[in-house]
Amino acid sequence: MKTVKVSIVTPDGPVYESDVEMVSTKAQSGELGILPGHIPMVAPLEIGAVRLKREGHIDYVAVTGGFLEVRPEQVTILAQAAEPADQIDVERAKEAKQRAEKNLQANQDNIDFKRAELALRRAMNRIEVHQHDR
Amino acid sequence: MASLRDIKNRITSTKKTSQITKAMEMVSASKLSRAESNAKAFVPYMDKVEEVVASIAVGAKDATHPMLVSRPVSKTAYLVITSDRGLAGAYNSNVLRAAYNAIQSRHTSTDEYVVMTVGRVGRDFFAKKGVNIIDSILGLPDQPIFADIKEITSKAVGLYADGAFDELYMYYNHFVSAISQEVTERKVLPLTDVASVSNKLTSYEFEPSAEAILEVLLPQYAESLIYGALLDGKASEHAARMTAMRSATDNAKELIDSLSLSYNRARQAAITQEITEIVGGAAALE
Repeated sequence: MKTVKVSIVTPDGPVYESDVEMVSTKAQSGELGILPGHIPMVAPLEIGAVRLKREGHIDYVAVTGGFLEVRPEQVTILAQAAEPADQIDVERAKEAKQRAEKNLQANQDNIDFKRAELALRRAMNRIEVHQHDR
Repeated sequence: MASLRDIKNRITSTKKTSQITKAMEMVSASKLSRAESNAKAFVPYMDKVEEVVASIAVGAKDATHPMLVSRPVSKTAYLVITSDRGLAGAYNSNVLRAAYNAIQSRHTSTDEYVVMTVGRVGRDFFAKKGVNIIDSILGLPDQPIFADIKEITSKAVGLYADGAFDELYMYYNHFVSAISQEVTERKVLPLTDVASVSNKLTSYEFEPSAEAILEVLLPQYAESLIYGALLDGKASEHAARMTAMRSATDNAKELIDSLSLSYNRARQAAITQEITEIVGGAAALE
């Protein structure tokens, strides 16, 4: 089967590099699936999971603040933070989730609310992605 | 002339100092190699972001964004990157002098600029000069990760977007080699020089649109620029401290040598004097 090279890069270094059969993820404009030979494209991503289909199983990577750059032979995901499912610190994510929930209930206004909401989404994303780690 | 015991005390204390500086040198050397590899790990990300920004800026000329456009400047912000601790040679004073001189020569009134600082030394310096500091971060770890500095970068970029200032410059020490660091001024915002960054450009499809992507990408790009400067500054800091500590150790050695010489001289003189006294005493008895 045809494959495409995928690399996920963060400011702290590359976190994932592999040849995969399909990349699927959620962009801001909707769910997106990339197969080898896709035309060059750039799309910003939601906080969410990137699913990479490789040799019959699927790798999950949690991505925050990223965007996707596609070329026919290479897909690059640039993210401010990204962790493969097996490297997620679930305890930390759970703590962050609780903290964010508390903040959300405490203040219903302005920027702190937005920030807490984003923090909650990041934490939930990590917890969810971690469940796919086997 | 100093007494034997005084000299001996000085030798011992100098030796102790040199042990400390030697240890600090070795600590900095190992931190430097970590900082260098951090800076290296960041390069692929930065290159990619630059490439995509450049191809959007060139490929979609009609797409524009407030961060790409210069606006009339009524307020300028300076981000000055220093260290928390001293004992790093001229690391801090170089960058502070350069930034302060630039501010003095460019502005006539204090209303025209604000300063953001990284590191205690920078904050104290500008606070003493009575400069308006809008933000400062202290206690940045020696090996910063992106999450550590996310706050200051987003704040800087956010304040620009809100119009709190119209230009952002940063001052930091660029790491050239272990013995040489260069004070660098870089204009971060507005991003006027993006189009010239890369030469191999791909024309992309934009999903959903070039504007929407610039909206996400440009703040990230500006934040990456700042993060890159911080990593660069950290590497320079460790290098500067290593060099400073090495010369301190060398100086201590020299001092110990010259003190040992005068110690031995004084000892000789004391012995000679004693012998002379004994001989003199014996001669008087005869």
